Amino acid sequence: MMQRVVIIGAGHGGVQAAASLREEGYEGEIVMISPEQDLPYQKPPLSKGYLKGEQTEESLLFRSSHFYEDQKIMIKYGVIVDSIDIQSNRVALSDGVTIEYGHVIIATGAENRKLKQDGQEVSNVYYLRTLADARLIQEKMTSAETIVTIGGGFIGLELSAIAAEKDKKVTVIEPQTRLMERVLPKMISEVFFRAHLEKGVEVLLQTGVDYIDGHEVNLSNGTTLQADMILAGIGVIPVTGLAESAGIKCDNGVLVNEFQQTNIPNIYAIGDCANHFNPFAGKSLRLESVQNAVDQARTAAAHIVGKETPYQAVPWFWTFQYHLKLQMAGISADYEQAVVRGDQESGKFSVYYYKGDSLIAVDSLNKPADHLNARKLIQQGLSPSPDQVSDLTFNLKEIVA
Amino acid sequence: MPKVTYIQTDGVEKTVDLPLGATIMEGAIQNDVKGIVAECGGSCMCATCHVYVDEAFAGMLPEKEEEELEMLQGANAELLGNSRLGCQIRISKPLDGMVVKVPSKQ
Repeated sequence: MMQRVVIIGAGHGGVQAAASLREEGYEGEIVMISPEQDLPYQKPPLSKGYLKGEQTEESLLFRSSHFYEDQKIMIKYGVIVDSIDIQSNRVALSDGVTIEYGHVIIATGAENRKLKQDGQEVSNVYYLRTLADARLIQEKMTSAETIVTIGGGFIGLELSAIAAEKDKKVTVIEPQTRLMERVLPKMISEVFFRAHLEKGVEVLLQTGVDYIDGHEVNLSNGTTLQADMILAGIGVIPVTGLAESAGIKCDNGVLVNEFQQTNIPNIYAIGDCANHFNPFAGKSLRLESVQNAVDQARTAAAHIVGKETPYQAVPWFWTFQYHLKLQMAGISADYEQAVVRGDQESGKFSVYYYKGDSLIAVDSLNKPADHLNARKLIQQGLSPSPDQVSDLTFNLKEIVA
Repeated sequence: MPKVTYIQTDGVEKTVDLPLGATIMEGAIQNDVKGIVAECGGSCMCATCHVYVDEAFAGMLPEKEEEELEMLQGANAELLGNSRLGCQIRISKPLDGMVVKVPSKQ
């Protein structure tokens, strides 16, 4: 087989896949195709340290440019893959070049869902995905005084928190009954809700957007807001068009097995775009997180060099807003019982989620040690009892192997 | 630029120049120091940039904040008096020549 891996995408998954292939001793060529012009960088700090002005662009880089040279990882910038020909094992690039491959790793990620009206994308709305997006937001936010954020999920709220800290007048519009409803229980949503109010952010729940007209945002409650800047964080869509046209099976993402293989054995998919069976969720899903991208990249790289180590990593996520640092381990969606450890009033506590007698997830608010331990508990399938969890004198670390 | 020496997990020392203000974690990642994982990219979220700071320099660093201490308590390698998270140490002129040892596991 041709000794060349083509990695499509240069985000967390793509870069980790390249690095892991070398760590695993892969000696063939590695070509990474990036649609962007920037040296590969980390996305999570964009909506945190970078836009706050605490992190430079250089500090976002995964690796310096000489790392890729030393490791013989070739990166093609500003190029997209137009097609994958699974018969001839070739990818065709937008710059006209065709590359033969032994393996392909699809790490195309996800793209922002865009607001539409009258069948058209609404112009004048800012979304965050890439460093280029962040630069535009930073520039616009400097001159804006009033900001309307559409969507009370992680990205919308992180951006709103940064704007509020820059003394902007911020309004968040969220159609659900509470913030981050899809992923968080009520008691944690409310902590964030109060924090935003305390910082002067207006949060309009159960409110939709009817129509955007220039700088006017017309709401479902009949009011109209004036906004110098409109931000939106309303979810993402996996980028699967390339895989679909190549005849690779997709269903809310590219379908993969526990080794990240698609139905075409020498084509893998990882990260936000990969729909996999997740043992910690007990079902097939896509995860949008650094952890998932990185661990799936390691799994795919290992498999390419002949090591069968199935993807079995505990999912974890985080968000920062103001002084609130929330770390999530496991998938809490199907929980039946929630047990609090610590004092909710103090703003430092963790919530342990059970399905039956099994601990399935833990959310830790300003309790990083709880979070790290929770990842070990869940990974090892250990379920301290609810009584032990709520008893602060019981040391949960001691039960971890 | 100040120099920092990393004693890697395989025992091999690697000395690199760090721009003022860069963190020990960033220096490790950009120079491919073995044994520093930095899963979270410097957000003090994952405790995978744990290092042991040479005693001669450990006392010159700002005290650990509660958050860093809590994270270190959850780190996978033994917590010692000179344990720090690389993402929380910013390099300055007085730290020129600092030596940090990477633990055997993160």
